Amino acid sequence: MYKIVKKEVLNPTVTRMEIDAPLVAKKAQPGQFIILRVDAEGERIPLTVADYDREKGTVTIIFQIVGATTEKLNHLEEGECLQDFVGPLGTPSHTDGLHKVAVIGGGVGCAIAYPIAKKLHQQGAEVHSVVGFRNTDLVILQEEFEAVSDKLVIMTDDGSSGRKGLVTDALKELIESGEQYDEVIAIGPLVMMKFVAALTKDYGIKTVVSMNPIMIDGTGMCGGCRLTVGGETKFACVDGPDFDGHLVDFDEAIERSSMYRDFEKQAREETCNLFAKEVQ
Amino acid sequence: MPNMSLKKNEMPSQAPDVRNKNFLEVALGYTEEQAVDEANRCLHCKNAPCVGGCPVAIDIPAFIDKVKERDFEGAYQVIARQSSLPAVCGRVCPQETQCEGKCVRGIKGEPVAIGRLERFVADWHNSHSAEAPQRPAPNGHKVAVIGSGPSGLTCAGDLVKKGYDVTVFEALHLAGGVLVYGIPEFRLPKAIVQKEIDGLKALGCKVETNMVIGKVLSIDELFEQGFESVFIGSGAGLPRFMRIPGENLKGVYSANEFLTRVNLMKAYKEGADTPIEHAKKVAVVGGGNVAMDAARCAKRLGAEEVYIVYRRSEVELPARREEVEHAKEEGIIFKLLCNPVRILPDENKLVGGIECVEMELGEPDESGRRRPVVKEGSEFVLDVDCVIMAIGTSPNPLIKSTTAGLETQKWGGIIADEETGLTSREGVYAGGDAVTGAATVILAMGAGKKAATAIDEYIQRKNS
Repeated sequence: MYKIVKKEVLNPTVTRMEIDAPLVAKKAQPGQFIILRVDAEGERIPLTVADYDREKGTVTIIFQIVGATTEKLNHLEEGECLQDFVGPLGTPSHTDGLHKVAVIGGGVGCAIAYPIAKKLHQQGAEVHSVVGFRNTDLVILQEEFEAVSDKLVIMTDDGSSGRKGLVTDALKELIESGEQYDEVIAIGPLVMMKFVAALTKDYGIKTVVSMNPIMIDGTGMCGGCRLTVGGETKFACVDGPDFDGHLVDFDEAIERSSMYRDFEKQAREETCNLFAKEVQ
Repeated sequence: MPNMSLKKNEMPSQAPDVRNKNFLEVALGYTEEQAVDEANRCLHCKNAPCVGGCPVAIDIPAFIDKVKERDFEGAYQVIARQSSLPAVCGRVCPQETQCEGKCVRGIKGEPVAIGRLERFVADWHNSHSAEAPQRPAPNGHKVAVIGSGPSGLTCAGDLVKKGYDVTVFEALHLAGGVLVYGIPEFRLPKAIVQKEIDGLKALGCKVETNMVIGKVLSIDELFEQGFESVFIGSGAGLPRFMRIPGENLKGVYSANEFLTRVNLMKAYKEGADTPIEHAKKVAVVGGGNVAMDAARCAKRLGAEEVYIVYRRSEVELPARREEVEHAKEEGIIFKLLCNPVRILPDENKLVGGIECVEMELGEPDESGRRRPVVKEGSEFVLDVDCVIMAIGTSPNPLIKSTTAGLETQKWGGIIADEETGLTSREGVYAGGDAVTGAATVILAMGAGKKAATAIDEYIQRKNS
């Protein structure tokens, strides 16, 4: 069992938890992920390692409440335990030799972008962060990004924080203004990563995206997470989750991610009803 | 006077049309009377060819004699000397090519039902004996076992019985390997696997789940932690795909994914957290036991039509005869001498059909089997909404890529000595599918057993 050492509500739909998992904390690197099960009947879900403290033996996860399992997870409090917590899985993000990087985060994807920005900053790279949210209530990790970024642009769909518009608008301006990036790292919803990759392709800037397909085991034994990259089938859980954004077949990935949409919707409603009953 | 009936006692089973709608065990097992009656068919041969056919060399005539005497616990103790998983083996071993294939009674008539008797004895023990087994005296040496499938559990069981301090490391959240994620509940109830594992734990064997060796800890770190020897029984869990167009459409699964969702995650149960597609028409590509398991699961999930699509003919089907018969009885449709060429999408990018070509058998290939050749112009489309690829698996490269000096074959199998399981690294042994590629439960157990003997000799030698 894996104890929740700290729980913090970042915004109405996003929660941060620090989990006691010393062996995972000892090995975790930015870009890697874990798989957890909330309880003995639960499904396995992948979440990216948002931070880790090797001394304390804790791993931080940040999750958005999008379905039944994240709803159940969010109902756990400090001191309670997760049934299973396995990792670190996947290949760490490649950060060596990068001098100037634009890190693009969308929504809860910022939780994944942040540790990479932090590592690049620690390595002495110049980091420009562009983070996008639907509105000001959903902004997360602003202080954290400020601390590790040489430049930080916050974008909101409605302009209620930072500037109004999409992350691609801000990235385009930075590139047009003459900023020369070794690499763009984009993490967020599939559609956002697709458009960032399309933009940078025009400018010939290498772009890495962190893919988030449906996973079960996370160790390469089922291929549920497979993607087409440069015409070849890859397993995101072992070959990734980071891939060259210019080679990923995003349309296929978007289709595959909708596989269980109806089931998920129904499961979420049932879970919400269950919790609502408990409250009464 | 022995029972000279030429036929085995029938195994009571659920009727095909009942069982293909539920996940309960198909075969119901012998009663005490049926078991004793069947045991009396054994002639107690002096040279006992059956024992030579068992990869773990159970003293078959001796345990059957105990059954004849109605000393069922005594029979269990005879089996337990050689096997750590009798309730599993009695169910899933291909006895027709192992022990029963060598039985003298099989020359004229049917062989003695050794597998069914082993199963009966193990089940009798599990439901009658509450006594905790006596823990062996510790010998002070630590061994790590990677993977809790049949080879790892057998190796661990043998070493624990010799007094070793054994820790089994499992990547998934439940121990058992293919016994829990692959073989379905209706062939091997998961409660039985759990009981066998609990038995090992009662002997002092530690089982640590959620431990992906190669990620959480490396083999070198296991040695640093004081383990004197390591056994790799990590299996062959990497699924193969055909690399045909449409393979990444929604509704195309590897058999590993489909079976893991159904068996390990219990997606067949109403209200399970893990979803599964309840398809109407399913094509399973492949002809092995895994293909049969996937097809029979799909049927039980409510599919109206389930096809096995296999490129060779019925005689070449690699699955056990009994599994093929069971599948047919349950209404699985066999499309033999057929090979898929592409999977077609419907308007929602879901599987809309599978285009196949007919095959005919040509000259034998390197494997000695007749090579299937495409019949020109024979394309046709099977109308399905789900495709399950069961064309084989290969060893996962994770341990190889994180262990310096561990040599593997080009296709990923760990190179290990056939008799001892010793790899290219001192103190590191391997066995089961990780070495051979996908094979059978009992061969994996045999390899685990040989490696346990070799590990014991290695540690004794090193410390003498």
